[in-house]
Amino acid sequence: MGLESQLAGTFVGTRFSDALNWARKYSLFQYPFVTACCGMEFMSTACSHYDISRFGAEIPRFSPRQADLLIVVGTVSHKLAPVLRKVYDQMCDPKWVVAFGACASSGGFYDNYCTVQGIDTLIPVDVYIPGCPPRPEQVLDALMMLQEKIQAEPLEKQA
Amino acid sequence: MSQYVVGRIQEKFGAAVLSTHASQGDDTVVIERGVLLDLLFFLRDDAELAFNLPIDLTVVDWYRLRELRFEVVYHLLSTSKRHRIRIKVPLDEDDLKLDSSFPVWPGLDWFEREAWDLYGVTFEGHPNHKRILMWEGFEGHPLRKDYPINQRQPMTALLGEKA
Repeated sequence: MGLESQLAGTFVGTRFSDALNWARKYSLFQYPFVTACCGMEFMSTACSHYDISRFGAEIPRFSPRQADLLIVVGTVSHKLAPVLRKVYDQMCDPKWVVAFGACASSGGFYDNYCTVQGIDTLIPVDVYIPGCPPRPEQVLDALMMLQEKIQAEPLEKQA
Repeated sequence: MSQYVVGRIQEKFGAAVLSTHASQGDDTVVIERGVLLDLLFFLRDDAELAFNLPIDLTVVDWYRLRELRFEVVYHLLSTSKRHRIRIKVPLDEDDLKLDSSFPVWPGLDWFEREAWDLYGVTFEGHPNHKRILMWEGFEGHPLRKDYPINQRQPMTALLGEKA
């Protein structure tokens, strides 16, 4: 804890941060929180045609305790909201969240009594993917954006 | 085809039949609330009618369009006789209850719970009369036409609110 704050901004600190972030961004373990039709696009992205493993996000973990990237794929209803919150809380730091598709990002066209109007009302979100559903290229683009974001994280945040 | 069924119903429950009509080949009988259970048992047990499969139970909200606001609709099918019938029961908003058809077809259990959950129709005699889709503590019945279109009732506290 103390070491990071003392090294922050120094040559050693920034080099160490670069190396750590480089390792983190190419070893993302995803937790696919798949609730709806966007899941098909997620599967398409994960499988060999688009092959998400080229970007280091190869293995989906079906336990939140082993994952550091939560991908919320599809519509989240108010009844499901406590589950999503619990899954997020169970993930260890560092952790990132991607809202996959229009429904997860904003509720989509489910502007009604039962649908959460965007998962960012429940948990913090790093990258949003628009589209209904998004194409696999968009998902890979979002993954690369997330990697840029991870690479830019300062050392103080990693403490 | 199911004109025969309509005839049998009129023959037995003549006074309680409010109206009948047919649309797209589907015959409909509108009946009074009181005879519903007797009618359903009759449709199920009569050897020539033999309605053994309840297809659907749903509710129509005629908000501001009709004096009796709600209408409970049963769709029935006989797999052996290959005929169908639709039964409608108009209900007043102030007296929104109906005998449970669970004793006739236990499969209608969840349909009745859904009708209660989303429209607020009480089914008397239902063994497990509680919400099925919305959560406990949800206020109102969201498929009613007068449920506010923008009313949200989050189950958990949202970010930025106090838990």
